[in-house]
Amino acid sequence: MSPKTLYDKIWDAHVAHEADDGTCLLYIDRHLVHEVTSPQAFEGLRMAGRQVRAPEKTIAVPDHNVPTTPDRVNGIENPESRIQVEALDKNAKDFGIHYYPVNDVRQGIVHIVGPEQGWTLPGMTVVCGDSHTATHGAFGALAHGIGTSEVEHVLATQTLIQKKSKNMKVEITGKLQPGVTAKDITLAVIGETGTAGGTGYVIEYCGEAIRDLSMEGRMTVCNMAIEGGARAGLIAPDETTFEYVKGRPHAPKGAQWEAALSWWKTLYTDEDAHFDKVITLRGEDIAPVVTWGTSPEDVLPITATVPQPEDFEGGKVEAARRSIEYMGLEAGQKLSDVEIDTVFIGSCTNGRIEDLRAAAEILKGKKIKDGMRAMVVPGSGLVRAQAEEEGLAEIFKDAGFEWRLAGCSMCLAMNPDQLQPGERCAATSNRNFEGRQGRGGRTHLLSPAMAAAAAITGRLTDVRELM
Amino acid sequence: MEKFDKVHGVAAPMPLINIDTDMIIPKVHLKTIKRSGLGVVLFDEMRYHDDGQENDDFVLNKPAYRQTEILVAGDNFGCGSSREHAPWAIKDFGIKVVISTSFADIFFNNCFKNGILPIVVEEEHHAILMDDAHKGENARMTVHLEDQQITTSDGVVIEFDIDPHRKHCLLNGLDDIGLTMEKDHHIDKFEDHASQARPWV
Repeated sequence: MSPKTLYDKIWDAHVAHEADDGTCLLYIDRHLVHEVTSPQAFEGLRMAGRQVRAPEKTIAVPDHNVPTTPDRVNGIENPESRIQVEALDKNAKDFGIHYYPVNDVRQGIVHIVGPEQGWTLPGMTVVCGDSHTATHGAFGALAHGIGTSEVEHVLATQTLIQKKSKNMKVEITGKLQPGVTAKDITLAVIGETGTAGGTGYVIEYCGEAIRDLSMEGRMTVCNMAIEGGARAGLIAPDETTFEYVKGRPHAPKGAQWEAALSWWKTLYTDEDAHFDKVITLRGEDIAPVVTWGTSPEDVLPITATVPQPEDFEGGKVEAARRSIEYMGLEAGQKLSDVEIDTVFIGSCTNGRIEDLRAAAEILKGKKIKDGMRAMVVPGSGLVRAQAEEEGLAEIFKDAGFEWRLAGCSMCLAMNPDQLQPGERCAATSNRNFEGRQGRGGRTHLLSPAMAAAAAITGRLTDVRELM
Repeated sequence: MEKFDKVHGVAAPMPLINIDTDMIIPKVHLKTIKRSGLGVVLFDEMRYHDDGQENDDFVLNKPAYRQTEILVAGDNFGCGSSREHAPWAIKDFGIKVVISTSFADIFFNNCFKNGILPIVVEEEHHAILMDDAHKGENARMTVHLEDQQITTSDGVVIEFDIDPHRKHCLLNGLDDIGLTMEKDHHIDKFEDHASQARPWV
């Protein structure tokens, strides 16, 4: 048999039907649902008189719209947001799918809740009407975002119509330097490939620096595979994965655990398997990075300066000029001189316990700069509870951070957490697009430790100076 | 779904690269639970000033481009969020074809589900089409799906590729779910097999 990549193996295990032209029906093991991209899909089912084919494989949680302030127990004030969340409440009930409502301690960002509850397992196919579904690839699960029509398709048939993507390998060799994190890896890779570099591919991340990461770190890396244009990002499961999964509420138990484990251990890329594209970065060469522009590919080490638009080629010259103007920066300006007024720690990229620990480590015994608006939004109610138990919440509050409830919050500003025009935010989220965090708002993407450093000094800061 | 045949209409130029779905439709408009009525907020933050007045410099606000049916856009169009509200807004505005040198994966898929034809062309052809789009409303472009051809206002013919299954679905206005349900027995068979092989799922 010809050698296979990890992607080939998962793909082959899920093809329910293949047409002569290579169009496949890919079976979906887990379908995650949130309130923004699902109402029209459920409505479509109702209008056609269709049922959810596999409600036991379908999990819903509201996250995008929900306020993160404590008063949310009294209900959601914004009428449109409230209607969307109420629609999800009703759809979950009517169609009999698993549901974590707003005030359940297990509620949180869908991509944090799935792994935390053990819904996400190695070798699965996982989809959600959300591009950051790529996160689940950290478990060696084939996971990607879909549109609402496809949400409806999966609800009705538990399959997707797909053609296979190409294989791409991203290898990070060696060890990371102190102060460099999973976020810096994933941003550095996008800086290398560009936001369209992964289009048409599924990426497998490998190499010593990836192996050394915790599951939290691996989720951060895979989360942003979509920002590089890839359909999905994958990391082969290993002992770190199995250790994380074991004992989770919906993970297999007893004899089923043993059976699962023996299959999961076959989920790796065979020697000599073919990759259509290979990128290799040396872990030692990756620095703490920040973004300067309005595309996640606009990545530079914190020690660099804002580039000149003329340094680029083709359409990127105009795009860079527009970005620099939107961001209110000057070409040639040192990134570490850029003053910020807002810090956001959270999101499906960096809202897990390890992210909160890394930020708290920098903040311990320190205060944020006067006038700084800083918030920590744990990725789930359980992350929040754990952080409180570990004393992290006290560190954040003592430093001057707001300690919020779980949700997507300021990552996409569909809820009350938003930037005002001209405000500048150091954010641990995943997108620095124009207006992403609020109309006219300016976003610099970075790691949780770098965000904490920026909160203290009031400017983009090399975290290594505070370590 | 409506059948897609031929479009003969105004093409608008948007040469900016990496136009993301937040630009196509900002999140404030994702709170709807319907698919319709989003055309008015297509490209909202570029199209309107902060006070809600139209930005006269934005291409779709110019008199020549108000009836645009074809968009010629810069590379990596539709990157970012998976929101299908982006193609819903494009369709609702009246745009039926988007042409670029590349599209983001999820957006590309979403277009077909909504009767929009996204066409990938080589850079050299893209430049010709972008020039043609700059000529305004009297320079109408034709996109013929059956023949897989784009004809510029000057009669230059550019051929394009499309996946045969997707072409068939667009031409016949077919609903994916209905088609898949015809293959129900394959799905049943797969589930039987998978529940033996991987009972923990």
